[in-house]
Amino acid sequence: MSAFTMTTGRGSPRRSPRGAARRSVVTGVAAWVAALVFVAPILWMVLTALHSETDAASNPPAIFAPLTLDGFRAFFGGSGISPWPPLLNSLTASVLSVLLVLVLAFPAAFALSIRPVEKWRDVMFFFLTTKMLPIVAALLPLYLFAKTVGALDNIFMLAVFYTVMNIPIAVWMLQSFLTEVPRELMEAAQLDGARVLTILRRVILPVASPGIAATALICFIFSWNDLLFARVLTGTIANTAPVFLTGFVSSQGLFLATVSAGALAVSLPVIAVGVAAQDRLVQGLTFGAVK
Amino acid sequence: MTTTQHAYRPGPVRDRHRASVAARDQRPGALRRWSVRAPLLPALVFTILFTQLPFVGTLVVSFMEWNSLFPNERGFTGLSNYAKVLADTELRHTIVFTVQLTATVVVASMVLGLGLALLVNERFVGRGVVRSLLVLPFLVVPVAGALFWKHAILNPTYGLMNGTITAIWRVLGLDSPPQPDLLSTAPLLGIALSLIWRWTPFMMLILLAGLQSRPPEVMEAAAVDGAGAWTSFRYMTLPHMRRYLELGGLFGSIYLVQEFDAIFMLTAGGLGTTNLPYAVYKTFYLANDYGLASALGVVVVAGTFVIAMFTLRVLLSLFKDSAR
Repeated sequence: MSAFTMTTGRGSPRRSPRGAARRSVVTGVAAWVAALVFVAPILWMVLTALHSETDAASNPPAIFAPLTLDGFRAFFGGSGISPWPPLLNSLTASVLSVLLVLVLAFPAAFALSIRPVEKWRDVMFFFLTTKMLPIVAALLPLYLFAKTVGALDNIFMLAVFYTVMNIPIAVWMLQSFLTEVPRELMEAAQLDGARVLTILRRVILPVASPGIAATALICFIFSWNDLLFARVLTGTIANTAPVFLTGFVSSQGLFLATVSAGALAVSLPVIAVGVAAQDRLVQGLTFGAVK
Repeated sequence: MTTTQHAYRPGPVRDRHRASVAARDQRPGALRRWSVRAPLLPALVFTILFTQLPFVGTLVVSFMEWNSLFPNERGFTGLSNYAKVLADTELRHTIVFTVQLTATVVVASMVLGLGLALLVNERFVGRGVVRSLLVLPFLVVPVAGALFWKHAILNPTYGLMNGTITAIWRVLGLDSPPQPDLLSTAPLLGIALSLIWRWTPFMMLILLAGLQSRPPEVMEAAAVDGAGAWTSFRYMTLPHMRRYLELGGLFGSIYLVQEFDAIFMLTAGGLGTTNLPYAVYKTFYLANDYGLASALGVVVVAGTFVIAMFTLRVLLSLFKDSAR
């Protein structure tokens, strides 16, 4: 700790309690201002979605204009194409892929933590490197594959690709949660003669279930957010909500309230899921490096 | 990966556990090994089938002339696709733009993220709320966010940005407020702004985790010894944060090199804003030039590989610490 010794001997008096209080007020105000700046676009999205099209397109912004649900009505039931099929497609693909991911990744994580295979670290890092391979580098062969098996514009094919996309993250997250299950508990159950499946159900699942839930939520977000796969692999039948959003703005006329309502409606599931999983979000995105 | 095994022996706890679980299994060695491996295999096979094989496919196609519009001219052409990537000024610019965009967004969001993390790490009223609010931009669906930025924020006539400028000018009693059209005049900046907004929360969360893992005794001892805020930041916080800054930078780069949604929505690659993923998409999906698109894909992988190597190194060292 050479850095530590360098700081000793510099004689500035300790902060007084009053100084500390004032400092906390200043940080508090600064933090709130920063938070409002960052949230302003989202607040503006909510407000614009609730304004009439004329008020939404005013400059300077009409913050106190009367509120209306017309934007949402126009998005969901307007003259254009209904967003419900794409929303349902997104839900199907995301939920299906989350289930598939868990079915594949949980046993794998088990074999990488609780009853580890030899060279389990190498396997972990193999999964990691596949995630670092940019999706675009595999896009064409996957497209040709889907085309060959006649699964273009098919929501189940999309779910399979989302599963591939999420397995590395799920394996890493689940592995770290399973590693946290207390060894003593499992050993005690084993001494009592419990079989592997019983230990899994009675000991491991209760302890690891919050982690499993967080993993599921994070995989859901990544699937729901995807545009590239869905854009390339789906057409008019299996198109997802993000693909729908890219095609729904006409270049003319007033549409700002409708756009905001649409952006909000499509984001709402992710915001809900993300707030629930926010403590694990970064853990997932950094492969457990940051907890 | 021999270094991996050499450097990281399993900790004593894990070994004891492994022995105790394996001891009950009376089956012969090979059978037992496969029963241990079995749960791993589906995920592993699935991943290899859908990530490694396709990449080999891309590699092969990158040496081919293959345009789906001219199916009769398909054949191997050696390195000509790569030569085209290097010779085409537009494609060369694509590489430059990818680096510019990634670097701009990563650096800016890390600086902002560090600032926010330092603020949120202090005690103040409503700290939990502020932290949750600051995460929100990251939770807006990327396409939805980009769509909204394009029309409701960056639009020169009725966007929030210029609207705010007008409002401020009015309050100040000034005439003719500036109404820049960022996406036309400075598209890199426009795209970067929307991405910085999205990625700053990510950086903040990583760096906040770093700040909160500082050993409190050491920080207290420094305060007792009279270290000022700047001194303890410079000599204690920054060195401790190095690893978290590295992680934020590396993961940020990996994700941002792959950015597609913002380019697709905000400019559709116009005005020199085509990055590599968007170029691959355009060449493959719109121009049907499978050979050239694959060569571009391989270039993306080569670029990501460099970043990935550094990331793996940092992760390996972290993994080693936590496995002990």
